[in-house]
Amino acid sequence: MEEKLLTRHFDLKNLYKIEVYLKEVGYQAVKRALKEMKPEEILEEVKNANLRGRGGAGFPAGVKWGFVPQDVDKPKYLCVNADEGEPGTFKDRYIMSHNPHLMIEGIIITCFCVGIHTAFIYIRGEYEAIALRLEQAISEAYKKGFLGKNILETGFDLDVFVHRGAGAYICGEETGLLESLEGKRGHPRLKPPFPASIGLFQCPTVINNVETISNIPQIILNGAEWFLKKGLPKDGGTRIFGVSGVVKNPGIYELPLGTNLKDIIFKYAGGMKEGKKLKAVFPGGMSAPILKADEINIKMDFDSLVEAESMLGSAAIIVIDEETSMLDVLKVVTRFYSHESCGQCTPCRIGNSWINKIIKRIAAGGGKRGDIDNIIRLASNMMGKTLCPLGDAAAMPILSITKKFRKEIESYTAN
Amino acid sequence: MSPEFSDQTKKKIEEVLSRYPRKEAAILPLLHLTQREFGCISNEEEKIVAEILGIKPIKVREVVSFYTMLNPKPVGKYHIQVCSNLSCFLMEAEELIDYLKEKLGIEPGETTPDKKFTLTTVECLGACDQAPSMMINFDYYGHLDKKKIDELLDKLK
Repeated sequence: MEEKLLTRHFDLKNLYKIEVYLKEVGYQAVKRALKEMKPEEILEEVKNANLRGRGGAGFPAGVKWGFVPQDVDKPKYLCVNADEGEPGTFKDRYIMSHNPHLMIEGIIITCFCVGIHTAFIYIRGEYEAIALRLEQAISEAYKKGFLGKNILETGFDLDVFVHRGAGAYICGEETGLLESLEGKRGHPRLKPPFPASIGLFQCPTVINNVETISNIPQIILNGAEWFLKKGLPKDGGTRIFGVSGVVKNPGIYELPLGTNLKDIIFKYAGGMKEGKKLKAVFPGGMSAPILKADEINIKMDFDSLVEAESMLGSAAIIVIDEETSMLDVLKVVTRFYSHESCGQCTPCRIGNSWINKIIKRIAAGGGKRGDIDNIIRLASNMMGKTLCPLGDAAAMPILSITKKFRKEIESYTAN
Repeated sequence: MSPEFSDQTKKKIEEVLSRYPRKEAAILPLLHLTQREFGCISNEEEKIVAEILGIKPIKVREVVSFYTMLNPKPVGKYHIQVCSNLSCFLMEAEELIDYLKEKLGIEPGETTPDKKFTLTTVECLGACDQAPSMMINFDYYGHLDKKKIDELLDKLK
């Protein structure tokens, strides 16, 4: 069995309570970071660990922290991205509900390193029960002196708040998240300026995903070199793969980066459900370009998937069986993006709803010659032409499905 | 007469406002509290929230209309939200939605005449490993089939 790092203690009863966490794991990383290390040393360690962002983009966390200017007289903020909206993704829910103190440790160390005294956890509105659990865990951490004023008598102060979203996929995009947290519609901002210099309330801001932040404690305890050995040289650590769809055992599987996709589906997730045959896989959430059944003999890490013209994204693996029509998949995909487009950029707002209308017409039996080329044209017009990555996120599954399953889609437009 | 918050909620509002350097940032937490207390956020509630935050009611409307969880109209006592996104779709969510429509006698977006149930189809709930899944108010239910839905709904008074 592969070694689990983040999910190692998940089986412990009541791990979410600080007494259990202290006994079994313990806030050791916070103690070491705050008492024995300088912020520069922490930054160096995280940089060397090549911890790449687990939300989807894969940007190295240490580099992101390094962009925050140190000589400003404004407050700095940390926003933990717990919006988890990418279809197929449910890993952060597991981390927060099973082991909230691991994430809180990560938050404390990150804030100490970057010089931040206020952190917000932006959690999707539907996760109300988890938000309550986090608030409970935070209040326990205050009582034990890990949060608040003069933490562990080091003079370091930190407040952490839970902020619930209210049902908008776009608020998982980092600048959409900032706008939402400021009390507005979640309309992504034009970048630059990047949040590291001008972020929340116009102040320097670090935004990290739940899983990314939760990796920090073990990097502090075991060092960057150890962390790299658990993954790949350019891509340290493990990844929590979420498998869903037509498999025997859907769930989360924490495995080293670079684990073969075929093994994840057929070995770890138990293979296809009884009597079902594999047709296609989304390897990194629904926004990732789709892979056909004969393309899954592939390593699951950022670079290998880019090579295969797809992406690791949030490492959410959605498994589709032979009996499922790819037109139906497209219907779900395009309905989602036309609903979730924030409406700021014309190519995304119009493109997504237009494509969805065409798909619905084809599904209703009104397909016409030229429909597929029209869909491809509209989707291509979204790629790289919008403020935020939602345009690309919508175009990638649409373009890959129409390319790889063109014959099948064409068969629905034939009459 | 405009509705008034309970003392407990008033206290919570004070606490929420103290978290942010700018008052408007408290709008989502405030709207969640408002919806919890009054069931929805109609014009009346928009005005109350606007007053607390010192902004125009239209600014509140802008936010309410952006987020799918904020209801401008009242919903039933039990709000059933069924996921229709890909992982649930692959696990026959559509059949369940049809079953619920038939069982409750309403279409998605509608409320039963006795105001007991509102049915909504929603995008990914983040419970894909338990597909097909749904929420009843804030509780998650997964690995659903018709029998399980019958059992769940029968228990709701």
